[in-house]
Formats: sequence, structure tokens, C-alpha cells
Amino acid sequence: MPPNPQLNAKGELQHLLSIEGLPREILTQILDTAEPFAGVTEREVKKVPLMRGKSVFNLFFEASTRTRTTFEIAAKRLSADVINLNVAVSSQSKGESLLDTVANLSAMQADVFVVRHGSAGAPYLIARHVKPHEHVINAGDGRHAHPTQGLLDLYTIRHYKKDFTRLTVAIVGDVLHSRVARSLIHGLTTLGVPEVRVIGPQTLMPAGVESLGVRVFHDMRAGLKGCDVVMMLRLQNERMNGPLLPSAAEFFRNYGLTAEKLALARADAIVMHPGPMNRGVEIDSPVADGPRSVILPQVTFGIAVRMAVMSIVAGN
Amino acid sequence: MKLLIKGGRVIDPASGRDEVGDIFIAAGRISGDKAKADRTIDAKGLVVAPGLIDLAARLREPGHGYKATLESEMDAAVAGGVTSLACPPDTTPPLDEPGLVDMLRRRAKALERARVYPVGALTVKLAGERLTEMSVLAHAGCVAFSQANVPITDTQVLWRAMQYAATFGFPVWLRAEDKWLSREGVAHDGEVATRLGLAGIPAFTETIALATLLQLVRSTGARLHVCRLSTAAAVDMIRAAKKEKLPVTCDVGIHYVHLSELDLGYFDSHCRLDPPLRSQRDREALAAGLADGTVDCVVSDHAPVDEDQKQLPFAEAETGATGLELLLPLVLKWGAERKLSLARTLARVTSDPARILGVQSGRIEPGAPADLVVFDPAQHWRVAPDALRSQGKNTPFLGYELAGRVRATIVAGNVVYEDVR
Repeated sequence: MPPNPQLNAKGELQHLLSIEGLPREILTQILDTAEPFAGVTEREVKKVPLMRGKSVFNLFFEASTRTRTTFEIAAKRLSADVINLNVAVSSQSKGESLLDTVANLSAMQADVFVVRHGSAGAPYLIARHVKPHEHVINAGDGRHAHPTQGLLDLYTIRHYKKDFTRLTVAIVGDVLHSRVARSLIHGLTTLGVPEVRVIGPQTLMPAGVESLGVRVFHDMRAGLKGCDVVMMLRLQNERMNGPLLPSAAEFFRNYGLTAEKLALARADAIVMHPGPMNRGVEIDSPVADGPRSVILPQVTFGIAVRMAVMSIVAGN
Repeated sequence: MKLLIKGGRVIDPASGRDEVGDIFIAAGRISGDKAKADRTIDAKGLVVAPGLIDLAARLREPGHGYKATLESEMDAAVAGGVTSLACPPDTTPPLDEPGLVDMLRRRAKALERARVYPVGALTVKLAGERLTEMSVLAHAGCVAFSQANVPITDTQVLWRAMQYAATFGFPVWLRAEDKWLSREGVAHDGEVATRLGLAGIPAFTETIALATLLQLVRSTGARLHVCRLSTAAAVDMIRAAKKEKLPVTCDVGIHYVHLSELDLGYFDSHCRLDPPLRSQRDREALAAGLADGTVDCVVSDHAPVDEDQKQLPFAEAETGATGLELLLPLVLKWGAERKLSLARTLARVTSDPARILGVQSGRIEPGAPADLVVFDPAQHWRVAPDALRSQGKNTPFLGYELAGRVRATIVAGNVVYEDVR
């Protein structure tokens, strides 16, 4: 195995490409760094000068509103200059290669590239070709990883549950296609969560998912028993009717989170969702809007976590 | 011209001969008479063996001249000690009509390097719908019929194609792959693909298709050569089929006896191969099956790919690896790891593929074609782009130190490659 491409020679975070392979200390450093930033976002003047004069390029080869926006807000609150590039509709459609696009942007003096791409591993390819002072942050690559989402999920769990080492966490739905699930699983196992469960039909479970350190449940009721955290995954429209699932309604019947099913989890269990939600498909509205839901705080924490990640990599 | 190769360690896998001696060559053949030579090659300290026979090497002509040219790849072949090669029909257009086959053979012959044996398309445009004119193609020089990496999905067509080929005794060389099961996949459906978020190709993609192929062999009597086995389960199925005396042979690509899914590392697109690199257990079964003869021979599966087509995210990168110049050192590495004699090791790239191809080369005996390789089994070299003559520099072995360097290659009595030092 080649050396971890995310770390520099001193073992510090050079790029953030995946939670997998990051030591517990770095994950904790990011979460700790995010804490005071969560305060910044509530101040009247929501800016700190940590990245003044630095340029952050948002490079989205795949459509996204929420993630791109929160990265933009995070960079601006760090006083960085932000350039948004919707590459999906520009260079790529003109036939320019991924690496040519990056080389051109790099010539415009970037410090941080925030990359989303439909293909797993694309940020690794970019990270191999950027200059030594440039940093790559993966904002989602195919089914592989969405590390800042994983980190904000970890932040949220820590905020409400304090101690990772006593928790049971369930991740429910389309694990097969989910980069969010993969990143969260790696984060939870690294931080010492003793039981991580994945719940869904066989058709939405990747081969050998147990090797990631999770227990598999096909019966949602059994899987939710005793859980402290319930993370619901988004089910993409195009997967609702076909060879993987017969219909959204049947999926909801088996794997949708309702108040009745949530009652099987611990009384103080929190409900999370990476958004955007499909109400009535993976989650029932009364649960999504109910007292156990921390779905909106996740979004707020996401800004602080992204500020932490950007300031840490830019400082290394 | 009369040639003498003097004082080398002569290894003939077909007979098991392994001794220091001289080889005389006259009129393009190995000679029993010790005639006075016009030229002598000093092979002291070197191995003299039959030239390698590679049953799968893409020359990228016609149609893919930007990836490689016939010249560059024929240079690569002889630099790798390969004296005969069969080329799959996945050119553009595919080798489905006699004019193309004829042109390829003539162009290759004019270059006077390795012998080229075209494998014809089994169906028109490899589309899996209509049969090609197999008799006409055989007359033009096709030695077998294949679908390259484009398996026939319609089993009715597959059945009829095998029936038709069997009628005339034409061998069919087919990959065992169920295209429905593999259609979105880019990596072995296992722990690594799950971790990397890559769409998986399950192992049963191969065994389900192989079961179909073997059943069709039973019913049609077609002579089947199964190309590029990738799973342990398929090796077991071939072992059983041979026990049953079915007319079945098979090969494995050299990458699959050395590498596994773990070599994908952080999305190394040089490991994007078709079929995919599978588990370590599969790799072990392939390497063992090749040693015990269940797997008849090993091929380079040479596929030069333009660097731009590899500098892409894993799933988008083109499949294939360059292999002609790595086949010999990698076969030696496999033989050393399994503690096989040099003769047994080299059989899998000489006499065994010769048997499948039905040619006289691949052996050292009086009257056999003088297709030979002279190599230094102990000389190490570093795999680097500028060390390769192939236009394809794409290999998972970049940076490896490998033992075994070709010093001279002889085809039909002519020295076609020499490592001048």
C-alpha cells in the first residue's frame, strides 16, 4: 500500500480525501477546532481572518446546492476569497480533461480546491497532480466518500451524546450507493463507537459490508432496538423502482422512519439525515420535524466543521 | 544464413531438456547438423529457450494508431522475447472480414519480427448477432474465433456460433463473463470495491457464464479455449471439465497470478483491468492452477493504452495494461515463487500455448522453426516508461525491479532483436 496521500511528511493533514485512514487524533483535532467556529457563526460579525488572502476554488463536477453553499459560507467566514465553478456545465462539456481543468485553475493561484465529482477517486487523482502548497478537500466522490459530511455527523453526535465509546449507531437505507454512510462508518469506528449497524434490504448493501466493522440488519425494528443515534440516508429517485426496489411506498413500509419505529430506539435517541430529505420515503414528516430530529443543527454544524477543515489544511 | 548459438543453457520445456549446449540454425530451422555458421551468438551464462508464444496481444491495428502502432508493438514483442502472438479481434473495425485479416498479416510479415496469428471475430462487428464467414476468415489466416472482451449475451446466438464453429473444427476462444451481471461494474465485488465505493463485478459473473459455455461444449462438441480466468471457482470448474474429458483449455493473464484487488490501493487506474483483479484467494488459485496444469498457459493480455485514458478517475479509465515486455520476467517470478524448474515455468509460455495454437514452434528440436529467445534470468531491470518499447506505458508494475532480461530474439533463424551492450 502506498503512503496515505492525505498526510504530509509530518503526518499532518495535507488534503482531506476520506475519513478512512485518518488517525483518531486528526479527527478529534478537526472536531475540537470546529467548536469555537460554531460560536463565530452566532456572532454578529461572523468572520475570522484565518484565511485572508487565500483562494478557495469550489470545483463541482456534479450538481450540489447545500454542500457547495456551506463550503462557500465557511470559506467566507474565514475571510478567504471564494470562486465557484460549475464545471459540470463548462469545461467538461467542451471536452477538457479533469487534469487540464485543474492545471488551469492552479495557474490562477488556488490555495484550496473543494472538489465534488461523480466518480469515486477523482479527488485522489487531483491531489496527485496539484502543487505542494495546494490542498484538496473532497466534497463527495461517487459512492466513495464525503468526509466533511462524515465529520459534521460526528460533530453532531458528539454535541448531543458526548462520549463515542458507549454508543449504538444505526445507519438506515441505501448504504450501497452512499458515500455519506461510508464516511460516517469509518469515523465512528475510528472514534471507538462499539456498535455501528447498517439497516436495509440486501439489494442496497455493498458486498462484504461487514468488513467495514458494522453489523447488518434487514429488519429495521430489530436494528433500531437500543440505538442512541439513527442516521437516515437519502434514497435517490432513480433507484426507487427497478431491480433494486419495487417502489418508494414499499421501501417506506419496510425502512421508512416513523414515530412507531423510532419508539424502539432509546428514549433519548437523536435522528439525523444528510439531506435533502424525501419525506414519506425514508422519513415520516412528524419524525423529521419532531423533537428528536437534529437535522437542521447538522447543517449549522456543517459550516463550523468545514471552517475547521479548511483552516487546518491551509495552515499545514 | 547459418547461425550458431554457443554455450548457452538450453531449455526445451516440451522434452524437459535442460543442459548447456550449442544450437545450430539453418534455413530458418533448428538443425541437427553442426554446419559452419555465418554468425555466432555467445550465450555463455544465458538461457536459450523457445521464443514465447503469447495468445493475447493487442497490436491496436487497425483503428487505434494513437494508442500504438504495429511497428511499436512488434518491437515490444521481440524485445520481450515473444516470437509468436495471437491478436484478438477487438480492433476498429473488428477482424470480421478477410480483407482486414489479410492486411494485418501482410503488414506484420513485412516488419519481419514476431509471427502474428489473427484471431477472427466470431460474430459480425463482435455484436453478438450474426455469424462471421468463419471458413473464409480461416482461409485468410484466422487461427480461432473469439469475441475478445465483448461476450455474446444472446445465448441462442452463442449456441449457434459454437455449433457452427464445431462443424468445421474451428476453435472458439471465449471469455466467461455474463455481461448483464458485470454491466456497471469496474472492480471485483468485494471488500476493496465496497471500501472504495466502486461498482462491483461479482465472481459469479464468471462462473455463471462458464457453466453456460461448458454445457454448450457438451452439446456442440466445440473446441473451447476459455480466456482470462479470474476466479478460484472457475479454476475448479475447468479442473472438473478436464476430468470429464471435455475439449477445453484455458489461460490466465499474467497480472492475475501476481496481483489482487488490494493492489488498487488509492484508485490506481493501472489496475483497471478486464476482468477485474480479484481476491487474494482467487489469485492464489490461479497461480496454483497454472502450476498444476489446470490452467494451460499464461498470456500478456497486452493492451497499450494512451496515458490520457489512464489519467482519469478509476471507473472512467480505459481497461488494460501493457504486457509484452513484462511477460517473461513475470512468468519467471511466478515460477520462482512456486519453486518450479525453469523448464516447467517456461512451458506455460512456449510449448503449452503452441499446443493450443497448433503450431510447430515452441520447442527446440531438429526441424522445428528456429524461434528462440536468449535471456539472462538473473539480470534485474526497473520497469519504467523509457524501458518499454511498447507505446503503452500503462502497467501496475511501474517501478518494480524484475529479474529476466532478453538479450536476443530469433524468429525463423533471423536475429530480430538484440540487446547491444
